[in-house]
Amino acid sequence: MIPPSFGYSAPSSLPEALKLLAQHGDEAKILAGGHSLLPMMKFRFAEPGHLIDLNRVDELKGIREEGGLIVIGAMTSESDLIASKLLTQKLPLLAETALQIADPQVRNRGTIGGDIAHGDPGNDHPAIMLVLDATFVLSGPKGERSVPASKFFHGTYMTDLQASEILKEIRIQPFAAKTGYAYCKLKRKTGDWASAAAAVVLTMSGDKVSTLRIALTNLAATAIRAEAAEADLQGRPLSDANIDAAAKAAMAICDPAADLRGDVEYKTAMAGEMVKRAIRLAATRCR
Amino acid sequence: MSKQLISMSVNGKKLEQAVEPRTLLVHFLREQLNLTGTHIGCDTSHCGACTVDVDGKSLKACTILAVQCHGSEVMTVEGLAQGGALHAIQDAFYKEHGLQCGFCTPGMMIRAYRLLQENPNPSEDEIRIGMSGNLCRCTGYQNIIKAVQHAAKTLSASGLKVAA
Amino acid sequence: MNASITERQAALMGMGDSRLRKEDARFIQGKGNYVDDIKMPGMLHMAIVRSPFAHARIKGINKAKALAIPGVLAVLTADDLKPLKLHWMPTLAGDVQAVLADAKVHFQMQEVAVVIAEDRYIADDAVQAVEVEYEELPAVVDPHKALLPEAPVLREDLAGKSEGAHGKRYHPNHIFTWEAGDQAAADAALAKAEVKVEQKMFYPRVHPCPLETCGCVASFDPIRGELTTYMTSQAPHVVRTVVSMLSGIPESKVRIISPDIGGGFGNKVPIYPGYVCAIVASIVLGRPVKWVEDRIENISSTGFARDYHMSGELAATKDGKITGLKVNVIADHGAFDSCADPSKFPAGMFHICTGSYAIPSAYCRVDGVYTNKAPGGVAYRCSFRVTEAVYLIERMVDVLAQKLNLDKAEIRARNFIRKEQFPYKSALGFEYDSGDYHTALKKVLDAVDYKGLRAEQAAKRADPKSPTLMGIGLVSFTEVVGAGPSKICDILGVGMFDSCEIRVHPTGSAIARMGTISQGQGHQTTYAQIIATELGLPSEVIQVEEGDTSTAPYGLGTYGSRSTPVAGAAIAMASRKIHAKAKKIAAHLLEVSENDLDWEIDRFKVKGNDAKFKTMKDVAWAAYHQPPAGMEPGLEAVHYYDPPNFTFPFGIYLCVVDISKATGETAIRRFYALDDCGTRINPMIIEGQIHGGLTEGFAVAMGQLLSFDEQGNIQGNTLMDYFLPTMVETPRWETDHTVTPSPHHPIGAKGVAESPHVGSIPTFTSAVVDAFAHLGVTHMEMPHTSARVWKQLQASGVACE
Repeated sequence: MIPPSFGYSAPSSLPEALKLLAQHGDEAKILAGGHSLLPMMKFRFAEPGHLIDLNRVDELKGIREEGGLIVIGAMTSESDLIASKLLTQKLPLLAETALQIADPQVRNRGTIGGDIAHGDPGNDHPAIMLVLDATFVLSGPKGERSVPASKFFHGTYMTDLQASEILKEIRIQPFAAKTGYAYCKLKRKTGDWASAAAAVVLTMSGDKVSTLRIALTNLAATAIRAEAAEADLQGRPLSDANIDAAAKAAMAICDPAADLRGDVEYKTAMAGEMVKRAIRLAATRCR
Repeated sequence: MSKQLISMSVNGKKLEQAVEPRTLLVHFLREQLNLTGTHIGCDTSHCGACTVDVDGKSLKACTILAVQCHGSEVMTVEGLAQGGALHAIQDAFYKEHGLQCGFCTPGMMIRAYRLLQENPNPSEDEIRIGMSGNLCRCTGYQNIIKAVQHAAKTLSASGLKVAA
Repeated sequence: MNASITERQAALMGMGDSRLRKEDARFIQGKGNYVDDIKMPGMLHMAIVRSPFAHARIKGINKAKALAIPGVLAVLTADDLKPLKLHWMPTLAGDVQAVLADAKVHFQMQEVAVVIAEDRYIADDAVQAVEVEYEELPAVVDPHKALLPEAPVLREDLAGKSEGAHGKRYHPNHIFTWEAGDQAAADAALAKAEVKVEQKMFYPRVHPCPLETCGCVASFDPIRGELTTYMTSQAPHVVRTVVSMLSGIPESKVRIISPDIGGGFGNKVPIYPGYVCAIVASIVLGRPVKWVEDRIENISSTGFARDYHMSGELAATKDGKITGLKVNVIADHGAFDSCADPSKFPAGMFHICTGSYAIPSAYCRVDGVYTNKAPGGVAYRCSFRVTEAVYLIERMVDVLAQKLNLDKAEIRARNFIRKEQFPYKSALGFEYDSGDYHTALKKVLDAVDYKGLRAEQAAKRADPKSPTLMGIGLVSFTEVVGAGPSKICDILGVGMFDSCEIRVHPTGSAIARMGTISQGQGHQTTYAQIIATELGLPSEVIQVEEGDTSTAPYGLGTYGSRSTPVAGAAIAMASRKIHAKAKKIAAHLLEVSENDLDWEIDRFKVKGNDAKFKTMKDVAWAAYHQPPAGMEPGLEAVHYYDPPNFTFPFGIYLCVVDISKATGETAIRRFYALDDCGTRINPMIIEGQIHGGLTEGFAVAMGQLLSFDEQGNIQGNTLMDYFLPTMVETPRWETDHTVTPSPHHPIGAKGVAESPHVGSIPTFTSAVVDAFAHLGVTHMEMPHTSARVWKQLQASGVACE
C-alpha cells in the first residue's frame, strides 16, 4: 500500500505554515501525527497534492499554564499528554484518555490536535473536550479566533476549522479541587476505536451532584454532550436509581452506526453502561 | 514528484540520500539502505513489525515518511548488537524462546529496547501494555514476556544503560 | 577426561533436550531472509488490479493510461495469458481457477490484471490507472441459497459438466458430495435411540493471517532456460512440479526456494495467481519480478479456512453411552475449489468427527458449494478439516450431556475409547494408533480442582447479584495428522511421503536435507536432535537445510502437522541406514563381528569391554579413508518415508471464563491444556508451539470472522478489524502433558503444533455456553464477541440493565 505522489513542506513556524496553506489552497492537507491521513492516502481514499507537515513547528507543541488556563499545543503527542506532570495535577482526565488510544508507538506520533481536527466520531478527544468545556484557538490568514468545543464539531469529518486555518492550541480551565472525572471506553481490543465510551466530569456538594458534564464517543455523527442525562442528576444524590435514569437519558440521544463492533442496540446499551461506570468512577475521585 | 535530499543517522551512521516525499520510512530503510530487518506486516500501523526507534521513541515506520526523519537518529534491529556482542534483549529472546518464525521479532525487540529504558523494571502487566502495539502470530506472547523480564534483569544487574 | 554416560548424553543435546534454537541467531539480528528481503539485479515489481465487485462481467480493460506512466513495462490480462494457456490453472482439489479473470469475476478482490513496473511505487500507481469496465451481476454469498434451483450459475466455465473431480454434481453451483461411514447403520442407531440430540452449527470463515503476507520473486534466465523462484510456500516441491507442468519447463530447470517464512498456518500451501503471473512476467520480460501482497490482499483473496455449515445428530442410551453419529455439512468453498487437501479427500480428514469416543455407527456427508467469495478452505493450523470435525463432535457431546443432565467430564469418560482398545478402528474408517484418554482427563480434573470449580459455579448461579456468569469448558480432542500413507493420500498424484538425506562428513559433522520447510517450527533445531540421538553426534554440528528444491530431496512440505510424523520418521530411518553401515565399519576397526558390538549413546563398544570402542566420530573418519574391503566409502543415506498410518495426538483442555452481565465481555480466567503428542523431541519448542496454537485458537473462538454483505463485499479485512489479539487480550496459558508414543512411528512422535488450535476452539465455546447452560442454552455460534454474548444475556434475561 503506497500513497500517491505529493509535494511536501515542513515549515518551522506557524506563520510559515499558514502561508504555505494559503499558497497551496485546496491541494494542501495538514500533516500532524499522520496515523489517520497516511493510511487514507495509502488506501488512496485521500490524494492531496501537497502535505504541510507541522511536526517541526515547535510553537505548536507543549503544555503550559497561562492566565489560569491550561494551554495545550495542537501538536502535542498523546505520549506527552500521558507524561505531563502539569496535566497529572490539573487535568488528569487527559492522560487517562490518551492511555486508551491506540498503542504506545502510535501515541508517540498521534497528536491531540490531529485527533480533534480530523472530525472522526471514533476519536476520543472530542468527547473529552466537550466535558472539559475546552476552547480551540484557530489560526488563519486573518489572525486567530477562538471556538468553544461545543460549537466545533459539525458532523462526521466536518468541523468549524476552515481550509485556510490551522488548529493552534487548546485552552482548558484546570479542575477545581475535588473534581471527579473518568473516561470509560469499551473496545474489542487494544488499539480499537470505542464500541461505546463515556467521559464524565463531576463535582459534588455533600452527597448531591453540584456540576456534571457527560459526553459520548462514537455513538453519533460526532461526539455528543448528554445534557438531559446531566440535568437528571443535577442537585441529586448518586443513587443507583438516579444513575440508571441518567444512563437511560444518555442512551436516548445515541444514534450509532452498526458495524463489526456491534449493532445499534448493543452500542446504545453499552453507552448506558459506560455512562454508569464513568459516573461511579468519577464519584470515587471527588474526594 | 521531485526528490528531496534528507540526512539522518541510522544505527550511528550518518547518511544523506534523495527521496520522494511519499517514500515511507520503512521502504527507505529496506529498499534504499538494505536494512531488511525491519518488516512490513499490516501496512496500517497495527502490527508493529516495522517498529523502529526514532530520536528515542518507538515508532511504526510504515506510517511515517522518510522526509519526516530528516535530521533524526534512527535505530533499527541491525543497530542492537554492539561490537559483535548481542544486546541483552537479543540474548533474552534467544534464551527464553521468545520467537518462532522471526517475522515480528525485530519490531518486538526494538520496542522492548525502548520500553526497558522508559521503565527498567516493568511488571508483567506493564510489559503487556507497553508491548501492545506489536502483534505476534506464533508465540502466544508468554515467552516474549519472559524474554523482556529476562532482559530487564540482565540490564539492571549489569548496570548497562544505553543513553535514552 | 572420561566423560560419564550422563555427560556424554547431555553433550549430544538430542531428543528430549530443551535445546535453544539454532535458527534464532539470524532472526534476532535482523538477518532473516524472507521473500521481500530478496533483491536481484534488474528486478521489477508486480502489483495486481483487483475486482471491486463480487460477481460481474468484464466488458473491457483499458491499459493505455497505466502503460503511459513512466516506469511501467507491462500490463497483463487474461487475454495476454490465453496464448500461453495460463489464464486458468488447475487447483490441488481437481478444479480450475482463473489466474486472471477471464470475462467474469467471481469474488471481490479477484485478480483481474497485473502491472509490472520498475519499482513498487510506480506499480501501485499503475494499478490505479488501469480502467476496467464491469457489468455487475447478482452475487451469491450464502451456500444454501447457491443450491436453490433459481440461483444464478456462478461457474459458467463448467456449464454442462455434471461430473466433477469427486463425482456427480447435482446443481451448477454444487462441487461434490463426499461421504464416509454407514448411513443405514447410523440411521438405525438414531431410530432406536433412547435419547437423541440434534444441533446445527456454523463454523465461520476465518483467515490464517500469518504476519508475513504471501509473495515471490520469479527469475527466468532465458539463456540457460532456467526458472528460479523464491516463494512463500509451505510446499516448494509440489509447486515445482505444478510450475513445470504448467510452463513446460523441465522440472530439472525449475528451482523453487522457500526462504525464511514469516508464519504459514496453512495460508501458504496453495498456489496463487500472483505467483503464476510473476513467473509469466519474468519469462516474458526476461527480468526478475517481485510480487508481495499487502495485508488487505492477503486477507481478502488468499486461502481462507473453515466456512462449514454443520448439522449433527447423536444417538445415545439413557445413561449417556453414544450409539450413533450422523453429520451433514454444507461446505462453502468460494468461487473455485482450491482447497489444499489430499486428492481423494475433498473434505480432508473430516471423518475424524467421531472424536475420542467409541461410537459404533457413524455417517457423515459433506457437500461442497460455490459462492461469490474468495477460494480456499485451507487447514488453518490444523490437519485437513480436523478443526471443524473436533468442534462438531465436542459440541455434540456437550449438547448430549446437557440433555441427560450429565457432567461433561463424566459423559466423556463413559464414551472414551479405552486404552486397551488401541489400535482402534473407528466407524468412519480410521485406525487410531494409541491413546490413554482416561489418564489424561483425570490429570486435568485433579490439577484444576474440577469439583471446586463446579461448586463455585453453583454458588454464582444461585446468586442473582453476581456481576458475572461463570462457565467451565472441557474438551477431549483427538487429531489425525501426518498425512499420509501414500496409498490413500496424494497431492496431484504425488504420494504424501516425505524425505531426508543425511551426509556425515569425515570429521563427524553432518548435513541433513529435508523435503519439509519450517515456518517457525524450529526444524533446524529439532531435526538435528533426532539425528543426534540416533547417530551419537552432537546436534550442534548437524546442519539442517530445507526449502530449496535444487538441493533438498522431494517432499510434500509442512502443513497438517506432518513434519514430525512423516519427515521426522524419514530422519530416523535415514539415520538408521547410516547407523547400520557405521556398525559394520566399527566392527572392522575393532576387529570383532557386528554381533559383538553394543551401541551406547555415541559409540560402538565391544561387549563386556568398555575400553574397546569406536565413537561415531571415529567411524565417520574411517568411512572416508579405511572402509572395510568391498564397502563403498562415505557415510550417507537417503530415506523416503511413506507412513503406514496417520498419527493421533490428543489432549484434554479446560477453560474457565467469567462473562460480564453488563457488557458481554468474556474474561478467560484460566486455561489448562494437557497435550499428548507421543515422544517429545524438544520440550521448550513443544511448549512454544502450544502457546502459539492456543493463542490462535483464542483468536478464532473469540473474535475472528470474515463476513460479507449481501453484495459480497468483504467486511473487516484490515488488522484494525480482523482480530489478532495483542499481549493485553491474550490469556495466560497453563500446559501439561502425558506421553503415549505412537507404536508405528520410528521414534514414537505424533506431532503437536496444531493440537492446541484444534483443541482450544471448542473449549472456549464449551466454556461460554456452559456459562448459560443453567438457563437452557445448548449452543452459541462463534466468534464469541462481546456484542454477540450480550445478545444471549438479553435473550436469557440475565443482562444487567
